[in-house]
Amino acid sequence: MDPSFVFLGVLMMIVKGLALLVGLLIFVAYILLADRKIWAAVQLRRGPNVVGPWGLLQSFADMLKFVFKEPIVPSGANKGVFLLAPLVTSVLAMSAWAVIPLSSGWAIADLNVGILYIFAISSLGVYGVIMGGWASNSKYPFLGALRSAAQMVSYEVSIGFVLITVLLCSGSLNLTDIVEAQQSKWGLFGWYWLPLFPMFVIFFISALAETNRPPFDLPEAESELVAGFMVEYSSTPYLLFMMGEYVAILTMCAMTTILFMGGWLSPIPFSPFTAAWLAPIWFILKVSLVFFMFAMVKAFVPRYRYDQLMRLGWKVFLPLSLVGVVVVAGFLQFFGGVHG
Amino acid sequence: MNIVTGFFYLFSTVLIASAVMVISARNPVHSVLFLILAFVNAAGLFLLLGAEFLAMILVIVYVGAVAVLFLFVVMMLDVDFAELKQGFLQYLPVGALIGIAVLVELVFVLGTWFQAPGELITRASAVKPGVSNTQALGQVLYTQYVYFFEISGLILLTAMIGAIVLTLRHKVGVKRQDIAQQVARTKETAMEVKKVPSRVGV
Amino acid sequence: MNAPIFALAPVLPEIIVSLGALGLILLGALRGETAAWLVAELAVAILGVAIIVVLRHPDTTGADFSGSFIDDAFGRYMKVLSLIGALVALLLSLDFTAREKFASFEYPILILLSTIGMMLMASANDLIALYMGLELSSLALYVIAAIKRDDVKSSEAGLKYFVLGALSSGMLLYGASLIYGFSGTVSFNGIAHAIHGQVSIGVIFGLVFMMAGMAFKISAVPFHMWTPDVYEGAPTPVTAFFASAPKMAAVAMMVRILSTAFPGIVTQWQQIVGFLAILSMLLGAFAAIGQTNIKRLMAYSSIGHMGFALVGLAAGTQIGVQGVLIYMTIYLLMTLGTFAAIISMRRNGQMVETIADLAGLSKTNGKMAFFLAMMMFSLAGIPPLAGFFGKFYVIGAAMEAHLYTLSTIAVLASVVSAFYYLRIVKIMYLDDSVGAFDKPYWVVDWALVLSGIFVLAFWVYPSPIIIGAMAAAKSLF
Repeated sequence: MDPSFVFLGVLMMIVKGLALLVGLLIFVAYILLADRKIWAAVQLRRGPNVVGPWGLLQSFADMLKFVFKEPIVPSGANKGVFLLAPLVTSVLAMSAWAVIPLSSGWAIADLNVGILYIFAISSLGVYGVIMGGWASNSKYPFLGALRSAAQMVSYEVSIGFVLITVLLCSGSLNLTDIVEAQQSKWGLFGWYWLPLFPMFVIFFISALAETNRPPFDLPEAESELVAGFMVEYSSTPYLLFMMGEYVAILTMCAMTTILFMGGWLSPIPFSPFTAAWLAPIWFILKVSLVFFMFAMVKAFVPRYRYDQLMRLGWKVFLPLSLVGVVVVAGFLQFFGGVHG
Repeated sequence: MNIVTGFFYLFSTVLIASAVMVISARNPVHSVLFLILAFVNAAGLFLLLGAEFLAMILVIVYVGAVAVLFLFVVMMLDVDFAELKQGFLQYLPVGALIGIAVLVELVFVLGTWFQAPGELITRASAVKPGVSNTQALGQVLYTQYVYFFEISGLILLTAMIGAIVLTLRHKVGVKRQDIAQQVARTKETAMEVKKVPSRVGV
Repeated sequence: MNAPIFALAPVLPEIIVSLGALGLILLGALRGETAAWLVAELAVAILGVAIIVVLRHPDTTGADFSGSFIDDAFGRYMKVLSLIGALVALLLSLDFTAREKFASFEYPILILLSTIGMMLMASANDLIALYMGLELSSLALYVIAAIKRDDVKSSEAGLKYFVLGALSSGMLLYGASLIYGFSGTVSFNGIAHAIHGQVSIGVIFGLVFMMAGMAFKISAVPFHMWTPDVYEGAPTPVTAFFASAPKMAAVAMMVRILSTAFPGIVTQWQQIVGFLAILSMLLGAFAAIGQTNIKRLMAYSSIGHMGFALVGLAAGTQIGVQGVLIYMTIYLLMTLGTFAAIISMRRNGQMVETIADLAGLSKTNGKMAFFLAMMMFSLAGIPPLAGFFGKFYVIGAAMEAHLYTLSTIAVLASVVSAFYYLRIVKIMYLDDSVGAFDKPYWVVDWALVLSGIFVLAFWVYPSPIIIGAMAAAKSLF
């Protein structure tokens, strides 16, 4: 290959990546605001409404505040790991977006095993929490880290089985193929959320647990552990943690969208709704819808106790998702539809 | 040198460096973190080989699950670093001797390597073009290698039973939450309506 | 690929035991700890069915799963031995586990799983199948060794066995990878095809590492260190199991891999096997003399007996393999009988394990003393008891292969070891009694009597075993 061509390719890659990141971060800023607004609305409050019109610039104000404050490293902390932890969290969370297709072919890397990549990245997310909790050299963060490790490992198992059911139906590990396999003349009723409804529910709840969202926010449960693994963090490292968390939440929303809600496909299966330029908009709308559900759960449901959390993961979701795999595989085997 | 070669050297250098750090780091938690780094770089090498399925599985299984539990245990343990160091020096000569012996052996072995006469006959046929390696694995795993697959299942089952047999203790006197019992509560079992006469009390 | 049901016919015994084990897990999980006795009885029944199925199998050689699994007379012979060992060990532990309060339904299930691993080892026809069978059986054994988890000695036994076992598995794997690297195949037939005549040093290294790993499993010197501690620490029926079934499978695996994968380099592995045999016999003979604990003594005894079995293998001929098979059969029954007697050593509800506790047994329990004495005579190899014939066949094969030094050392070791076997007989018959044992459970009693009768009457009608062993050995060459 011509060297200048390779160089151009790499440059394009970088530009694309930057564009995605900027878009993603702006999206995160407004998702964060939406989270607070929805929460406030449920509790009959106004929520942030001072910075900018309707408080639209609140997240940016928060960011500036975090950046300008002094980062404090506790004297007993393991400094390297302490500062590495938020970086790990945020970088990993963002790198998952490399394979997420916003529209047909709109992914930075259209991996063959995209779904496994995201699964791997999300399973790495736990390290930021553990490292942060351990390196703080303090009791609450450590407890938070231990809880987080056990919790994320537990719910990954059922997420894995749910992924398998989707893979069985779509016959591919490629995210674009999974979305395209959901295309049918039935529009939104052809997507996997309907035939795989129990799996959809399990996935949604496990995604809440995997991202430490309420009602499963045990690692940072403020009423027991103050702020869990983030107690000792301040300023930019804290910002990175928060950002990483919200990006991971968005990743899970995007995964739900891709696996169960037809990705960029239009819910109304005829023109003009199926126009190609509408596809990314459908995708973003769906992600927002899933996030709305995340936010509503946070506002409605009280926090689980730790043993209840473990019970739900191992004694309810694991057997259910295993049965799901068997049923789906059996159904496909006997009624056709096995791919490949 | 193209990009792939560059990445190869990057991954393998970091892999070896972090492997060295695993055994030389003073703090066991650092050791585990370096081990994780080594796993991730090994996954990177798999990717370069075009074995993306193996790469992802390596990350999911080893980094995402095994190493987390490892880290969990190491963090909980109270390891005396000074004592560990002492043992290290004491066993260094023996360890070095064994290490050197194995190294010499490997050199011998590599030095005498040749194409065995039977190899060409018995070598597995190449994967058809257009079949991704995930598919290729799937095609042989449940057909040609189903036997090994099933035995692996039995081995894992044994490991599970063993772990439970050796560690599970049913503690008596612990209050457990029985969800079914809670749900099955009715008005009759939970409530008692008493007629309280005025000025007398219960 | 058509008619998949018939394609699985060679694996039928393994499938029976596997499905049985899975079913028993369900039963145990549903019924809880109360099901321990029932599960154990059902496990015995499953093993019995498997023995019948193996015995009634048509006399053919068939391969399955792309040649990874081979079903031949040799494999079936060794499978029957392993199954008998597991079955009797399980019977011996029926009452024991309840009395010693470690009865759990998982124990028989682990024995079943381990037995599956042994059957797979006996039938393994490539390196991967061999390793996986070995791991399956060993993993269950590690857990069984520590099954009495509140007992310090049992936990220690489990841990020691696990750490050293993992090391030996590592060596075996390292050797296997070298062999694979130099032959380009994992199948035994393919390796035999690729390796013959002048071979590279890598193959020899690989062979040595694999032999080290396998020698660990049969506890041949210098890889025997775990044996006395594990035998002493594990509960006695578990020790009986360790001394019987896994040894059969490990010997089966060793014989099969050496004679089907490496017939091209017989002279090389003959030396290694001869070396292991000499060391094992000598250590078994001398180290046992000073022992006071009868389980430790049996550990050294089994090390010595493995040495004798290896003498047959060192011959590298069909006669040699036949000798090994006969030796292992007789060793199996002698060991089970002796352990039945050791399990009966219970005084006032407490297990006793020292040799001194046997003093004057002839006065308090003449029958047990007589049969245990027969076991000891047979272990020592005194004619016309069964043990003598075992030694006769392996040493005869070694003589035929012109291994005169090895044969001489075998005879000498046999003489030395006779000392400590006869000492036990002397203690039982000539010393003053130290009190009677409790009445043993009837199954244990019967196990001792039946194996005693086998040992006594072997010379009357030896042909089924000798003919079976001959057919089995023939299927390898």
